[in-house]
Amino acid sequence: MSNVPGDLKYSKDHEWIRIEEDGTCTVGVTDHAQAALGDLVFVELPEVGSTLAEGDACAVVESVKAASDVYSPLTGEVTAVNEALADAPELVNTDAYGEGWIYRMSLDSEGEVEELMSAEEYLALLEDQD
Amino acid sequence: MGQRTPYYDTHVEAGARIVDFGGWDMPVHYGSQMEEHHAVRRDAGMFDVSHMTVVDLEGDRVRAFLSHLLANDVSRLKVPGKALYSCMLNEQGGVIDDLITYYMSETFFRMVVNASTREKDLAWIRAQAKAFDVTVTEQSETAMLAVQGPNAREKAASLLSPEGREIAMGLKPFCAAIIDNWFVARTGYTGEDGFEVVMPLEGAVPVWDRFVQAGIRPCGLGARDTLRLEAGMNLYGTDMDETTTPLESGLAWTVVMKDDGRDFIGRAALQAQLDAGVPRKLVGLVLLDRGVLRGHQRVVVEGVGEGEVTSGTFSPTLSASIAFARVPAATGDTCQVDIRGRLLNAKVVQPPFARNGKACIDI
Repeated sequence: MSNVPGDLKYSKDHEWIRIEEDGTCTVGVTDHAQAALGDLVFVELPEVGSTLAEGDACAVVESVKAASDVYSPLTGEVTAVNEALADAPELVNTDAYGEGWIYRMSLDSEGEVEELMSAEEYLALLEDQD
Repeated sequence: MGQRTPYYDTHVEAGARIVDFGGWDMPVHYGSQMEEHHAVRRDAGMFDVSHMTVVDLEGDRVRAFLSHLLANDVSRLKVPGKALYSCMLNEQGGVIDDLITYYMSETFFRMVVNASTREKDLAWIRAQAKAFDVTVTEQSETAMLAVQGPNAREKAASLLSPEGREIAMGLKPFCAAIIDNWFVARTGYTGEDGFEVVMPLEGAVPVWDRFVQAGIRPCGLGARDTLRLEAGMNLYGTDMDETTTPLESGLAWTVVMKDDGRDFIGRAALQAQLDAGVPRKLVGLVLLDRGVLRGHQRVVVEGVGEGEVTSGTFSPTLSASIAFARVPAATGDTCQVDIRGRLLNAKVVQPPFARNGKACIDI
């Protein structure tokens, strides 16, 4: 069974979103997504300062077998990226919700957060897909 | 639902992720493609290759037939059991398939051909065989396992009778023998030592578990692909097909064009290509910048022209991205690859990248 922490928000594209105390959002891919991808060998990060619209392909996670896009779950500006993934992409596999975070962004449209799924809703989505 | 090998249920029980591979439901990995890859380079792994096709050729003129059918020269096969890798070409010199032919006796040769090309291969072989009175029989009641890795032969042979074990361990590279009702060949597609074993369907399923008990790790098609790419071995349909000749596919070494008048199918076209100058070549690439090379990426060779990546992956042995690419013949030792709109630098190398547990190139 996939690990789906209760304090995070989720997108249908298997990203997780944590709303930080300063109002920014941290984005990564879920445990389910990393397991489906397999051993990650490369992560292409967005550029700090770039502007993303909800649904934009903004990062790429590549496993030995294939490349997959990461879609921005929100609209905003990239404020930080996880540089550690350049040398250790496997952090996404080993700690998807912690050291494996991908980027942080400002939240320009509060309303979009309400469109995201809760942990319960995401779990239901995973069950439907199985 | 696709076609299934006798081991399908075994794969599912072992937790395999199943994917469609040319119409077959096959395991891509059993948890970690990377660990499976390393198991083969360092110890022993096994692959279900029962989807591959075994074709037996029998008749008094079977050698003459193969001399005509194949671009490699079966006169190289002098000792029974010896195997030969070859391309089978069309009249234009394009590759219909690549295959292994085993010399069993003067009236009996065995071929193992790719699964994805089974029907067109059989149709082509049967059509060509008529003039030579050669009987073409597909062995469909068989299972096939490839056990590969530095310890694979020792572990696999532990299942054989004492006499069989001695014969198996005495097999030279690229040689086969019938042992204890199994066809055992010291061949493979990984760049490691090992056996490919063809066995009767009956009793084949328990062999898998006995290999596991002998310490051989199940490996999926994912690891098979990274291992063969590191080993510098082409994949049919990806690195070459009917629109490319062996000369532009890194397979010139498998074509024998001696001045002996041997009239194999495609020879005239290859000769014409040689006379005109082979325009493209298949080379190895190592990506110097960060990223992963993948099939169909555009290759840019400054001042020369463009080419295309045919197979690309991340090499677990080298911890770098590697690929095969078809590029203009004048390509030197560097090029660039277009990855999502950015031109990244790559080094051009001569495959293999890794074999026998070790890197073969400096990066």
